[in-house]
Amino acid sequence: MIFANLPVLLVIIPLIAAAICTVLPWKHSPWALATFATFASFLCICKIVVQIYAGSTIIYPMGGWLAPYGIEYRIDKLSAIFLLLISGVASFAIVYGMPATQKEVAENKQKFFYAIYLLCFSGLLGVLATNDIFNIYVFLEISSIATYALVAMGKDRRALVASFEYLILGTIGATFFLIAIGLVYSMTGSLNISDIAIKIRPVVNTIPIKMACAFFTVGLALKIGIFPLHLWLTNSYTNAPTFVSSFLSGTTTKVGVYILIRITYGVFGHDFSYIDLPLGQILILLGSVGILVASTAAILQNNVKRMLAYSSVAQIGYIILGIGMANVPGASGAIIQAIFHGVSKAAMFMAAGAIMLSVKGVRLEHFEGIGRRMPLTITAFIISGLSLVGIPGTAGFIAKWYLLQAAIASGMWTVFAVIIISSLLTLTYVWKIIEVAFFEHMDAGRGSVNEAPLIMLIPMLGLSFITIIFGVWPVYMTGYVSQIVTALFGG
Amino acid sequence: MQEIVVLRVVVRLLLPFILMYALYILFHGEVSPGGGFQAGVIFAAGFIAYSLVNDLASLQKILPHFVVRIINALGVLIYAGVGVTTMFMGGRFLGFSAFRVLPADGQKLGIMLVEVGIGMVVFSVIMLVFYSFGERSGDDS
Amino acid sequence: MTLDALNYWVSFILMMIGFFGIVSSGNLLKKLICLTIFQVSALLFYISVGYVKGAAAPIIKDVIIDYVNPLPHVLMLTAIVVGVASMAVGLAITVRIKEEYGTIEEDEIAELDFKKHKRESKKK
Repeated sequence: MIFANLPVLLVIIPLIAAAICTVLPWKHSPWALATFATFASFLCICKIVVQIYAGSTIIYPMGGWLAPYGIEYRIDKLSAIFLLLISGVASFAIVYGMPATQKEVAENKQKFFYAIYLLCFSGLLGVLATNDIFNIYVFLEISSIATYALVAMGKDRRALVASFEYLILGTIGATFFLIAIGLVYSMTGSLNISDIAIKIRPVVNTIPIKMACAFFTVGLALKIGIFPLHLWLTNSYTNAPTFVSSFLSGTTTKVGVYILIRITYGVFGHDFSYIDLPLGQILILLGSVGILVASTAAILQNNVKRMLAYSSVAQIGYIILGIGMANVPGASGAIIQAIFHGVSKAAMFMAAGAIMLSVKGVRLEHFEGIGRRMPLTITAFIISGLSLVGIPGTAGFIAKWYLLQAAIASGMWTVFAVIIISSLLTLTYVWKIIEVAFFEHMDAGRGSVNEAPLIMLIPMLGLSFITIIFGVWPVYMTGYVSQIVTALFGG
Repeated sequence: MQEIVVLRVVVRLLLPFILMYALYILFHGEVSPGGGFQAGVIFAAGFIAYSLVNDLASLQKILPHFVVRIINALGVLIYAGVGVTTMFMGGRFLGFSAFRVLPADGQKLGIMLVEVGIGMVVFSVIMLVFYSFGERSGDDS
Repeated sequence: MTLDALNYWVSFILMMIGFFGIVSSGNLLKKLICLTIFQVSALLFYISVGYVKGAAAPIIKDVIIDYVNPLPHVLMLTAIVVGVASMAVGLAITVRIKEEYGTIEEDEIAELDFKKHKRESKKK
């Protein structure tokens, strides 16, 4: 019975755990329940991925009502890899987050903190598992509203302002998404993604469908953090609690990328989206400008968390660049970049958070001489940083290689130049941290600074080594991604 | 706060009718507009009306904070529990037809249980929002 | 501009009023209220999509043959709940901002942050 219902269990277990979490009276029990629920979902997803890798697609009609009358959950290769990313990053982050959350969140609020985290996690998994477009909106809003509440729990009072700004922008984006769903429903009469893909063929060149594509893109751009609409991201990631920064940086924007890929390729079809409409050129332009501007802004930052937030915007620019180029290596590069940026950025925020807890500050001057006192933490930071730059041997290099191939294939030499220049810019800001950490001496007044506790070290190092393993031995990953992309382009 | 006798007497007379009306909307949700969400809101509105006329403290004597939180968790667990029970009985998640021999009877039973769960959750959420805003210290107006 | 499309025009005008309010208001509470107006316009749009001319509300009665499409109504119930939830979180954040900063005007909050953190970076 369990194996037949896995697609639902991975969403329901965190939801039930969230309800129970609000009434637990003992001290560490909310964290324990949250960890148990996260690992349970992760195990369900591992079992599903094994099934999917063998070749099948899992379809699960909710309540026994078959599509197109009922809502169905459909997990195929694209969903499976993103599900693995979200639950993997969450499992690492929840183990990492315990000491930090003990210090940053008040004692009587911890059960609510973990309950909101579980709701956010359940919402993100629900977006990836479902095949019904309105269900995507509902789960997206569940996870987003939980995110606003999580960010607002930061210690600094600027977290409140950042969270309010994020709420306004996020809700506008979600309402645009809702209007787009309404336009598609009015023209096709169905809400099931596979069904819409068939029914939209005869009406695809009408004005409501073109408007729907525009509304979808703007709504998702607000959720993903594409260049001009990224302002909420920098403030939120800087001021959120440590656990929340590391969890969100690896998950929420990637789910938005998944929805964008699913809708433009799955619902509208890639010919219509990228070739008939100028969406491809717009995404390439916004992606390139975003990469250059955000990387430059990251170099100028003094606060390490804000620098990592601008770096996130830049790396998301790469993903959008890959999607916009709309050819096979571009889409492959985008998917690999999405997965491994999630992994690396989560590891970097974890390292920055561990250092912040030891040194009680997060500006560049607090990082002086850290290299000798916290060597393992800095190792995790540097390995993930090298993956962002694209050094051969890390998974980031594989993603950049695919993007360069895509630029050559479509003959866009400016894009090629942008990718090379931005790698140099990324190297600049990663080198700033390395230089301060190893070549400066620690202030005598800092007191004793010890290595991070084991419970924080293991997740950081685990995530960093994942980027190295897939960078040195990418065969299985690239084979899987090429299967995904063939299905997107051919199906 | 100035005591207005008319308000207190009218609210005391109306309160049982408000709560009964909320239950009517809950149970008649399938044949008239209504259902769990609306019923929960009206149920909470009755209690909030009582608290507006008397103090927040007198409402908290009847309905303490932790009781409302337990009702909240219980409501979510009823909804999820119905879904999980149908999975155990051999159907899909929330496949109410598995409850009884005839699918139509099973659907009616399932929807009723789920609506009760939703009503409990909505009622408790609105009461919790009211309590959270009302308990903050500072100038009350 | 036919009368059939009146609903869609009203929905669009509400959307723009709400959006303009969010962008131009300095007060956080006004932003939240305009956000709700913006969301309500989407609700109106869906219900208009589901309308069938001359049909009755979707509650079963023996004598009626034509019903309005009930699916958008159900979808909009969900969307109303989502709107309520986001407004509740927004109001809670606004209450906390008032406690921490003493004001809910956006420019005054930015001024207070600028003064406090300029002093911090000067102190270094």
